[in-house]
Parts: sequence; structure tokens; C-alpha cells
Amino acid sequence: MLGKTAGGLYWMFRYLERAENIARLVEAGFRMALTRSSISASEWESVLTTSGVLNAFNARYDKWTAKDVIDFMLRDPSNVSSVLTIVKNARDNARLVRTALTGEVWEAVNDNWMTLNQLLAKPVREAELPEVLNTIRQHSALVRGALHGTMLRNDIYYFSRMGTFIERADNTARILDVKYYTLLPHSSFVGSNLDNVQWETILRSVSAHRSYRWLGEDDMTAPGIARYLILDRRLPRSLAFCADQTVKNLDLLGEEYGDQRPCYELASQIRARLRNRTIEEIFDEGLHEYISRFIGMNNALGAQIETDYRFNG
Amino acid sequence: MVQKPPPFDEMIAPDGSIRPAYAAYHAWFSEQDPARLAKKSTDAEAFFRRVGITFNVYGESEAQERLIPFDLVPRILSAREWARLAKGIEQRVSAINAFLHDIYNRQEILRAGRLPERLIAENEAFLPQMLGFTPPGRVYTHIVGTDIVRTGENDFYVLEDNARTPSGVSYMLEDRETMLQMFPELFSRVRVQQVSDYPKSLRRSLAACAPESCTGKPTIAVLTPGIHNSAYFEHSFLADQMGAELVEGHDLKVIDGHIAMRTTQGYKVIDVLYRRVDDNFLDPLTFNPESMLGVPGIMDVYRAGNITIANAPGTGIADDKAIYSYMPDIVEFYSGEKAILKNVDTFRCGEPEALKYVLDNLKELVVKEVHGSGGYGMLVGPAASKAELETFTAKLKANPGNYIAQPTLALSTVPILVDKGLAPRHVDLRPFALASPRGIDIVPGGLTRVALKEGSLVVNSSQGGGTKDTWVLED
Repeated sequence: MLGKTAGGLYWMFRYLERAENIARLVEAGFRMALTRSSISASEWESVLTTSGVLNAFNARYDKWTAKDVIDFMLRDPSNVSSVLTIVKNARDNARLVRTALTGEVWEAVNDNWMTLNQLLAKPVREAELPEVLNTIRQHSALVRGALHGTMLRNDIYYFSRMGTFIERADNTARILDVKYYTLLPHSSFVGSNLDNVQWETILRSVSAHRSYRWLGEDDMTAPGIARYLILDRRLPRSLAFCADQTVKNLDLLGEEYGDQRPCYELASQIRARLRNRTIEEIFDEGLHEYISRFIGMNNALGAQIETDYRFNG
Repeated sequence: MVQKPPPFDEMIAPDGSIRPAYAAYHAWFSEQDPARLAKKSTDAEAFFRRVGITFNVYGESEAQERLIPFDLVPRILSAREWARLAKGIEQRVSAINAFLHDIYNRQEILRAGRLPERLIAENEAFLPQMLGFTPPGRVYTHIVGTDIVRTGENDFYVLEDNARTPSGVSYMLEDRETMLQMFPELFSRVRVQQVSDYPKSLRRSLAACAPESCTGKPTIAVLTPGIHNSAYFEHSFLADQMGAELVEGHDLKVIDGHIAMRTTQGYKVIDVLYRRVDDNFLDPLTFNPESMLGVPGIMDVYRAGNITIANAPGTGIADDKAIYSYMPDIVEFYSGEKAILKNVDTFRCGEPEALKYVLDNLKELVVKEVHGSGGYGMLVGPAASKAELETFTAKLKANPGNYIAQPTLALSTVPILVDKGLAPRHVDLRPFALASPRGIDIVPGGLTRVALKEGSLVVNSSQGGGTKDTWVLED
């Protein structure tokens, strides 16, 4: 496979994952804004920080209002992280690697782009927002379904999956990075009502609020939630799950290619830091330091994969 | 002024009867509910959009991907009509390849005085780098898309030879695919020769032209300028259908005297490169040094016999509009036979007498730039405004050698579906021929382009033209 094609697949799936995650973030923020208007402005600030576009937003607006943040995050073409920009990037990458995709995957990505272009052609009214966010997630699911249902399990698939999990790990880690202070045991909010709201928002941002309760983890405690998002290998958006999957796909790729590259070692190290660990140990190390370190290593892993498999040269 | 006869209608004879090739289709058509057909037409458009069969128009933002309108009434040729056309195309393509070999080697046609030397020497499409070199398999133009127009029952003219990088074959294939999806029942009633083998034939034909240095199964790649090119869909489509890699210049590099592509597992040698990049951009070391689309050093690899470039660089000399007027002589010179397909009378404006005639009769003529393509920079006299005529008069006087002129042909018409039913529109035809040492392979049919505007003679997609599925009936 061409290095460029591997890169196109990897990025296509990173972008698709990112679009979906932004929809989740906006959804969690919107819910918070509806239910707790007093803290909604700072919540929008978190959404922008998590997406890495706070400065870009501040350069254009002076207040964090729901209307402006939603518009900026969903449809502003000048925002590199708006859903519209990202979905277009995903589709451009899909065009680039079209020969590597089944017709169904290509059509799902193309349809995603066409639908969202139309849906986001004008500002989204509050009444339509849930529907729009739902459509974004639904279309992501369609692409994923086409991928699982129609693609050969070979290097094409492995690079696609790696893009998904590296992006997802980055996203979950960013959410934790921005909100880590609400999870600290010595936080001044401990036990307060505000805590519960913050924690629920974190869980909602990764669509894990229901599963958390369902798994019987009904004690909403900071360590409980932190453990769930970082170490629980059952949760598909946890750091541990993403690390497992990345290693697994690198393993399969190595099997196909007959060798392992340096990125494999790095991925294994990341995984090791998430296995046989307790959340207490992580708190001892320092939650913020741990998360920052993870984000750094995850980025380095992405860069190493690009080098090892000659995405760009 | 004498009233011109109406253009040849391919479906309906002057007495109102349906011509034999269309009889079965017409019978089916008259049974259809017009509302259903209208809905199918909308369905087809949605299908094209979803599949991404779009093109970009130069100068527009990339968000402006356009569809080439598709008309669902097929253009139908009988097996007999096709057989004659195919024979004529085969003759012409063979002659073009022989001509190219001659021009870049012994130049016998010049020595015989059948072609003025200046037409070659002063031609931008002529590449001195090709002199004395014979491409693998002796094939220069591997893929040819001859533009043919019809003016009567048995009157077919070649309008252009398109021997460098003809496009449109993906539309031919997708048009058929669309028709099969929309009207499966129609194809069980009317037996149509299939076109779907084209990618397989293309692969086989390119493989047969692999350089001698290639011993195993040849590795084929399609070279595209990238996703922003107007024909990108076609490039990816053909690569996909052939099972070949779709590469851009920056994926390639010269390694140990071969062209290799950067894969996830290192560099891999390419044997045959089906390039959809113009000559001028192919090798910045040899041609345009600014080009980012090509591969530095590829011409050296080529001349060393380590890669096949399809179509060969320098092929454009054969489809140049000034050379065009000599095609009947060229065909005769190399085949020893009269050309089967007719040429349109062509006035070479560089010749003073021709120029005078053209200027005096501008309103009746079509004027084209010698090196132009895509319907740009062209004057259609009968449709032109006074101002346009004046502009062209000035252009012709300033640089006559840059133009040729041809009489306005009464292009045949085929009906398209409009709100009120069927209405005739002018069409042309671009069949696709594949040349290799194995012979010349022509897909039955081709791309029919149709001018959707009533009375218009311009069929180019960039200027409001559409396409139709083209049927060649089984015998």
C-alpha cells in the first residue's frame, strides 16, 4: 500500500472520530447550559479548550454564549475544529484513498459530508440542535458500520482503526485534562452538588453516563469516574481500551508485514502505563501530570506511526 | 438564402417513423409513465452525487463540485453502423501510432513531402527528447478517444483524435451502470453489447506494453495531479477498477534507474505508468521546472527502457488541430488505404488564401485554436454575437497560424427527456480505443455527449453539455 494511502486512511478516521467527539462535547455543554445556566459560560470555555480552539474563538467573540460557541464548533469554516471543516477533511482524505475503500464506505463518508453540508448551511436553531447532533453521530455510525461490514481485514483496516483509537484516546485525555481539577480528591467541591454535575458532564462527553451506572458504579466519586475513563478496559472510550486496540492493530499489521517498527514499542509502553495500575497510584503520581504525559506519548505515537509507515516521505 | 435541411435525427426518420435501431427502445419508452421517468431522472442525479461522479470546474472553489448532467434516453447504434465505425477507428489509431514512430525516427512522411516540415518543427507538442527513441511495444498512444460526429445516415466525421490523455471513459461506464440500475427490464428486452470489460481490457493492454526490463507481472499505477484536478474522479475510478495504485508525483522517486512508489513497506518499482498529467508537467528536470506534479528524472528512466509511460510523451503532435487537416494523408501514407472515416474540411488560417476565406465567411464557420481543448477559446460563427465576431477577426489577423476553421456541421440529434417528453438535441461520440502489441481493442459504444440547450452545438461538459448512455446493439 502507498504510504500516502495509509496516511489518508489514518487521517480520514481520525477526522471522523473527531467530528463525532465534538458533537458529544457540544451536546454535553448544551445540556449543562440548559440545566445549570449559572455555570454554562465556563462550561463553554471548557468545550473550546478541550477542542483546542479557545484562542481562535476569543479572537472573534468576546463572550462564551451558547449560540456563538455552538455555531463556531459546528459550522464555522474558519474554525479548523468545526464539525463542518472536519467532515470535509475526512471526505477529502476519503477521496484521496478512494481506491482503498469499498464503495459502501466511500458512499457513507460522502453522504455524511453532503448531509452535514446541507444541515449546517445555516445557523442551527436551538430547537434543531439535538436533531443535528444526533445526525452527526448517526452518520459516524454508518461509516463505522460500512467499515466493519465490508472492508477486508488487512493493512487498510488496521490503519483506519489506528486513526480512530489514537484520536479517541486523545479526545478522552483532553476532556480529563481540562476537567481534572473536578476529579481531585482534595477539590473544594467534594461532595457538593456542583461536583455531581461536573462529573456527569464528563461522563456524557464520552457517552458513558449510562454505562457507568449500569455497571453498578453508582457511587459518583472522583476516583471512581477517573478510574472508569482511564483504566476500565470495558469502556470503548477509555484510555486503556484505546491503547489496547492500538497495540492490537499494530500487532496485526506486524503479522501481515512480517516485522514490527519502533511505534510498536511506544504503543506497548503506553499500554503498560494503563495496565495493572490502580487509580490511587495515578493520583499519587498526580492526575494532571499523568494525563499530560499520556497526551504527549499518544501524540508521539501518532508521529512515530507516520514515520514508520512512510505517510509523508 | 437557401433553407438548410434539418439535422439528421438518429431516432426519428423524416417521415415520422422510428429508425430500426431505436424500434425496441421506442416501443418500451411509449409504455412508460412519464412521471416515473421524471422520477428516475432525479434518482440518477442523486446516485451520481452519492457515488461522487463529479468534476471540478477550473477557477471555481473546490466546494463547487459539479455533476455532468445525465440524460436517460440512450443513444443507439446498430451493430452494422458500429462495425464500420470501429474499423475506421482502428485504421486511424494504427496510423497515428505509425505516424508517431515515424516522426520521432526516420521522418519518412516529411521526406516524402506529404506533410510540411514546419508543422512538426514549430509545434509545441513535438518533443525533441523523444527523437530516436522507441517506446516499449512501439506504442505511443495507448488510449485514444476519437471524437466523432454524425451528419447523416452514413456520414461520420472525425472531429478530433484525442491521442494524448483522453478523458470521459468513467462516464461511459457509470452511465451504463446507472441505466442498468434504473431500468433492468429494458436490458432484458433490448440486447446491448456490454462495456463493463473496459477496465480489464485497459489493464491487459497496459500490461502488454510493459518494458522488457519487467519480467514478472507488471506493476501498473495511475498518475494523477491530485484530488483537485477536474478529472480526479475518473483517475481514482480507473485505478480502482484496474486494481492499480493511484499515485501522485510526490509518491514517486527514481531508485536504481527505476521509478518506484513509496509504500508502507518501502519503495516498490512501477513498470507501467498510466499518467493523467500533461507532458509539460511530467518531469521538472526535462520540461516545466516548476512542476510539482511529475517525477524528477522520469524521462531518463523512460529513455533507458525501464518504464512505460502511457500515453507516451510527445504524442500530442498527432492530435494537434493543424496536423488534423492532414490526417487523411497520414492514414493513407501508413496504411496504404483510403481513410474510412472522413475528416471535416479544415481551413488552416496560416495559409493566406484560407485566411481570406475564413474572414469573409466567419459567420458560417467554427474557429478553433490549434492547441486548444475543452471547447475553450473557440468561436461558433452562426451563434456568435457581432462583438464576438469582431474580436475573433482581430485575433485571426494578429495570429492566423494559431487557428483553424471548419464549416459548421449539422450535428445529428438524439432525443433527450424534457418536461414535455422527448426533444432532439445535438450529440457527438467519443469511442475509446486501446492500443498494444496485441492489437487494437475498442469498447462497443463510447461516451455520447449531448448539448442540452436547444439548438446548441457545444457538447463540452464545461459548457453545459451532458452525457448519455451509448448502446451498440447485438447483431
